[in-house]
Amino acid sequence: MNLTTKRQGNCLVVAPKGRIDHAQADAFKTALDPYLVECKAGGTPLILDFSGIEYISSVGLRALMLAARQVKEQDGSIAVAMLTPVVREVFEISRFNLVYQVFDTVDAAVAVLS
Amino acid sequence: MKVRFWGTRGSIPVSLTANDIRGKLIAALTGAAGRHFDNQNQIEAYVDHELGFDICGTFGGHTSCVEVDIGSQEHFICDMGSGARPLGNAMIGKFGPSGQTYHIFMSHLHWDHIMGFPFFAPIYIPGNRIVIHGCHPGMAEAFRRQHSAPGFPVDFASLGAEIVFETHEPGQTFEIADLSISIKEQIHGGNSYGYRFEHAGRTLIYSTDSEYKLDQIAELDKTVDFFRDADMVIFDAMYSLAEAVSVKADWGHSSNIVGVELCQLAKAKCLCMFHHEPAYDDSKIAQVLAETRRFEEITRQESPLEVLSAYDGLEVSL
Repeated sequence: MNLTTKRQGNCLVVAPKGRIDHAQADAFKTALDPYLVECKAGGTPLILDFSGIEYISSVGLRALMLAARQVKEQDGSIAVAMLTPVVREVFEISRFNLVYQVFDTVDAAVAVLS
Repeated sequence: MKVRFWGTRGSIPVSLTANDIRGKLIAALTGAAGRHFDNQNQIEAYVDHELGFDICGTFGGHTSCVEVDIGSQEHFICDMGSGARPLGNAMIGKFGPSGQTYHIFMSHLHWDHIMGFPFFAPIYIPGNRIVIHGCHPGMAEAFRRQHSAPGFPVDFASLGAEIVFETHEPGQTFEIADLSISIKEQIHGGNSYGYRFEHAGRTLIYSTDSEYKLDQIAELDKTVDFFRDADMVIFDAMYSLAEAVSVKADWGHSSNIVGVELCQLAKAKCLCMFHHEPAYDDSKIAQVLAETRRFEEITRQESPLEVLSAYDGLEVSL
């Protein structure tokens, strides 16, 4: 899975596209892993721009849980922003809105995480 | 095939408190404020159709006990949670005190699944036959130990009914009175077992106390095969997905999200959420039900999957 990245403030904004379902969850996690390394205390906060994500399944959410766990162990900061309406509902129903800070815009996420 | 739920709560029985009842009454009266009811029918229509089930009813508090009724002379029951007490009394009322055969299928031997057995009245009455089916080698010992001093005043050896233990192997399929039964091993502390019941073209899955590891694809595929084309899947949806893959991982339970996904893959017709978290009140369970129905709607690809939340007293005809 291709992730586009950009710097905004002192954050790294990572934007996946498509579906993070049973077929794509491993590829998503593999693509995300390199950016998690620097997401640590004194490192680079990570913002996942989910505006291009159409759907995320349980396996995809599990990949997000593993990412959140790694970042927490490293004392880093990670958040998601720009959820599409369907993905926002999936976050709320699965209670992943309690695992991740969820922001309406990337700017709002940068303002908090910077 | 009819399915009757006598106990649907996970881990430990719960009951409504005085405050819970007061809250329901206040909500019902608040909804009725300013309205006029001319007769009993209008009152009942208001209660039954305008109040949510979390206000006008309760999901109940007995632990796991489900009756599978195929209209045969022999009776079929899943687990002996505390719901076994009202079930036993109902059976005696319906079929008489003795001369009955009860087949009990055990998911596993944890306390909440055996605690109703000492209160299942048919076991005390000579002339009844109780056949306890399961896959755990320590099944008989678990029942005997519970039914002995100092935990219980009546020793197992003094029970009036004939009690037989039949140990099966997971993967096995067998028949009793035209009911086909298949068994699948599940992930739970000390293992648990799911049952697939088939009769007259109808299929019921009883799968409680089961965790589904999302990185174990082959095992998930086996579960989908086990659930395949079921008319109803009774499914342990105790936790949210976030809990099930984080703080409560390896606790042996699953989530509503995974239940919907597995049933959709299996093309099952109905998901019945079961083994409710004892910390959840009626409004919380109703909220989870509404959210799960919404999740099914936004992920639907082919035929709709009906989503229910089991409650003590629920009867479903498949």
